[in-house]
Amino acid sequence: MAKFEKANSVGEWLDQRLNTTALTKVLMTEYWIPKDINFLWAMGVLLAVTFKILVISGLFLMMYYKPDVALAFDSVNYTIMQEVAYGWLFRHMHGVAASVVFLIIYIHMFTGIYYGSYKQGREMIWISGMLLFMTFSAAGFSGYMLPWGQMSYWAAMVITNLFGGVPVIGDALVVWIRGDFNVADATLTRFFMLHVFLLPIVIMGIIGLHFYTLRIPHVNNQEGADIDYDAEAEKYLAGNKKEAKVIPFWPIFISKDFAILGIFLIFYFYLVFFHYNFAMDPVNFDPADAMVTPAHIYPEWYFLWSYEVLRGFFFDVGPVKAFDIGLMAFGFANVIFLVLPWLDRDPAILPAHKRPGFRVWFWILMVDLIVLTVYGKLPPTGINAWVGFASASVFILLFVALPFITKADAKKRGA
Amino acid sequence: MSNETNRRDFLGYTFAAVAAVGGAASLVGMKQVWDPLPSVLASGFTNVELNGLKAGEPITVMWRGKPIFVLKKTADMEKSDRDLIIGEDRYTVAIGLCTHLGCIPAWKKTQWKCACHGGEFDASGKQTFGPPPRPLDLPPFAVQGSQLVLGEEGPEYKKIAAAMATA
Ligand code: FES
Repeated sequence: MAKFEKANSVGEWLDQRLNTTALTKVLMTEYWIPKDINFLWAMGVLLAVTFKILVISGLFLMMYYKPDVALAFDSVNYTIMQEVAYGWLFRHMHGVAASVVFLIIYIHMFTGIYYGSYKQGREMIWISGMLLFMTFSAAGFSGYMLPWGQMSYWAAMVITNLFGGVPVIGDALVVWIRGDFNVADATLTRFFMLHVFLLPIVIMGIIGLHFYTLRIPHVNNQEGADIDYDAEAEKYLAGNKKEAKVIPFWPIFISKDFAILGIFLIFYFYLVFFHYNFAMDPVNFDPADAMVTPAHIYPEWYFLWSYEVLRGFFFDVGPVKAFDIGLMAFGFANVIFLVLPWLDRDPAILPAHKRPGFRVWFWILMVDLIVLTVYGKLPPTGINAWVGFASASVFILLFVALPFITKADAKKRGA
Repeated sequence: MSNETNRRDFLGYTFAAVAAVGGAASLVGMKQVWDPLPSVLASGFTNVELNGLKAGEPITVMWRGKPIFVLKKTADMEKSDRDLIIGEDRYTVAIGLCTHLGCIPAWKKTQWKCACHGGEFDASGKQTFGPPPRPLDLPPFAVQGSQLVLGEEGPEYKKIAAAMATA
């Protein structure tokens, strides 16, 4: 056993037993961050804070929420909203954070794409991030179901039906997932379990993994410069702070994140208090009714782009049914980002503005995603159907073309 | 030395075997927890009185939590293999969930229109436009006099199901 001496402070007592000094060094004061990064790199901290808000507000909601088809709607819309003191606040905080978290995830993700942060050596950062995005999507969807309003019900209907597209076992799989022939009480209670326990635990685990993946390759920077972290850290520790290209995460770098976090939280609470409605669909204030479909069904804004890819293919091609083409395209849209590190054939890590072809690709992708999002909300009739078809095709073609575009960029640079 | 190693290997393999059996057994258990309950599976039969239906105006009844469309066809509606013929009358019986993603299509004069992604079905339940991949599904039913019993597989049902399968 190690040797224990009488400690002179609580800190020392803990240090002897838990080695806290070494731990804070590794995690904070000697965790090195390149100087050359801008505010877009603060999204990680914003996400961590937003996730905490979701967990804490969720705990308060869970104390009054009732996962039962007969009680769920009233427990949310009457008990929590009217009776519980500040229940409305926790609901709006939870609902708005659930929406805003996706906005930040998207900014985080596209920052990574713009600066090539998924490339050589950083693949695991990217993959764990995409896994987080997927589990967040599952958590968002399972939570959306809980108030048991009309939109909740029909969203559950549509999403569970998607599994019917699985060959051979599809229909049985749908019944199994729902626990009933229809979206019913069994479905609600199991999604409740997923939303409040299993998915949050999985998310926490992947967040740990995501942080860990940063340790060895370190965070990317604006120029994609290859920094020798050991040498730069030595410079910094020797007092040559000006020349060192790195600074410690805590307490130096984090101050910048805190400034951005402050601005973000003001924006977030502005939404919570004055514009919470954008996260609350009016249709969802009608109780779920299995016998009436709302005139027009659409998911929350953050799923619209993939929803539009799903329904963009509305005609059969030869023997292949439109339904199956849509499903395949939807599957494609949901996994293609995962393999991005291997679709990008350019060996250099550079920001998009230094890769002419890739830069064009990036901005077309941005525009296309916005078009998909806008049209995902519009009724799929007439000209809209064709815009949906075109933008969904562009989305797929972009990823097919990416290896060639990035290869050409590298060649032009003489690599 | 090698004797020791072999003993440990043996313990390791034994444990792996026990763990594999236990793991497989718990997977079966976990799968079945998610299966529908017996009460759900048993809940089951719904009777529909066909007398008094107005031609050209479908009704919707609930069976196993799903909407079922029953339409008495008018004389000028196209005949189809899947028509349920009782005496002089022809009926379309269908599960009222769009075969695309499960919305409930609404009856618009001569056809069902699905608002979700624009799917359309004619009076015989056949898809005529949009993403739905197949006609509206046929629920199992039997005919007793002027009553339709949903949930039972009568001879009329089997005949129509066979006709639909070959179509
Ligand atoms: S659910 Fe009816 S067209 Fe998609």
